[in-house]
Amino acid sequence: MTSALAAELTRCHACALLCRLPGNGGRGGDGEHAAHGALCPRCGAPLHGRKPQSLERTWAWLIAALLCYLPANLLPIMKVTSLGRAQADTIMSGVVYLLLHGMWPLALVVFVASVFVPLLKLAILFGLLVSVHRGSRWRPVDRTRLYRITEAIGRWSMVDIFVVTILVALVRLGNLATVEAQPGAVFFGAVVVLTMLAAESFDPRLIWDRSEGRAA
Amino acid sequence: MPAVPLVACHDCDLLTRLPEVPEGATAYCARCGGVLRRRRRDSIERTLALTLAASMLFAVANVFPFLSFEMRGRVTETTLATGVFDLWEQGVPAIAVLVGFTAVLAPLAQLSLLLYVLLPVRLGRVPWQMPRMFRLLRRIQPWSMMEVFLVGILVAVTKLVDMASVVPGLALWAFAGLIVVLAGALASLDPEAVWERLEVRR
Repeated sequence: MTSALAAELTRCHACALLCRLPGNGGRGGDGEHAAHGALCPRCGAPLHGRKPQSLERTWAWLIAALLCYLPANLLPIMKVTSLGRAQADTIMSGVVYLLLHGMWPLALVVFVASVFVPLLKLAILFGLLVSVHRGSRWRPVDRTRLYRITEAIGRWSMVDIFVVTILVALVRLGNLATVEAQPGAVFFGAVVVLTMLAAESFDPRLIWDRSEGRAA
Repeated sequence: MPAVPLVACHDCDLLTRLPEVPEGATAYCARCGGVLRRRRRDSIERTLALTLAASMLFAVANVFPFLSFEMRGRVTETTLATGVFDLWEQGVPAIAVLVGFTAVLAPLAQLSLLLYVLLPVRLGRVPWQMPRMFRLLRRIQPWSMMEVFLVGILVAVTKLVDMASVVPGLALWAFAGLIVVLAGALASLDPEAVWERLEVRR
């Protein structure tokens, strides 16, 4: 089995056309982007054998996301004031609230979207990065599948951010009841955006380069 | 040139000879299972029709309030834009920008770019800066999160029903319809078919 890179070819990331990669010896490995300035003849997108500095950029986004993860979950995301009583809600207490009120299907949705998915994404990306660094040949098909899952589920973590927005907009009745957004929401939004960027920077083809044992 | 064209897999870079994929069929990578090529029936026409419908629903969804909230005789209504504006006023501009982008601007850009590219292409023309615009569409796609927003509305309403009465507005129904229609539009879009038409026209 040959990879496109070994044949000095590459698939244009924007329009999928198979293009020649000029000035590339067909070597695999980190930061493979030998075709400086080469453009896709059909759509004009820059051509790269592999996403440039994929591992470095993915690590950077991932570490930034990890730093935001704790404050996102520990700090309150919103403050509900109703008839003089103020109550601060974290992500987890929001889930518990839904659960206590017998709305377990919604509690499950919020738990999966806000707690489980971000953690799963961080864990998968971390695992993929480590496996590529170690040149692992372990189940590349499954690792590629994990990557596709990571890419697809990330957006759903935005649910809680939207909930805060809607509550803030609806519940503004002065002394009667108000909802205010809190710093936790900013960190939580940052985790969602940063993990999406991390997933986008990762190049799943690196999993296969190492499995083929071409990288030195 | 070889008789059977070569393609590379997006996910694992395997080179494969891929004969013409019939309309409505999908070719998968033999090594990693990634999609090599998915060809849709009447892709451009269907996507265009559904995008036009989605644009109308999008206008309704943004102009009318999607929820009104009543507590002790006092009523507040919210549209998408007021929600974003309130967050800005409260001093959390980062979240206001994020929500404004993912729930309003990205979907708006997505719909506009689809119309901008597909309408002329359907009529046999190439719009100005077409490759750049069509590539931009691909980049914006992941950030358009209206279906996630709808789930957010559902959760918010559930939290509020204890406190007061919540009345769904016109925009909410438009929203629900929009998500279905937009999903249909994106499912029938075959970007490679659009690129191929561009190639022929040159």
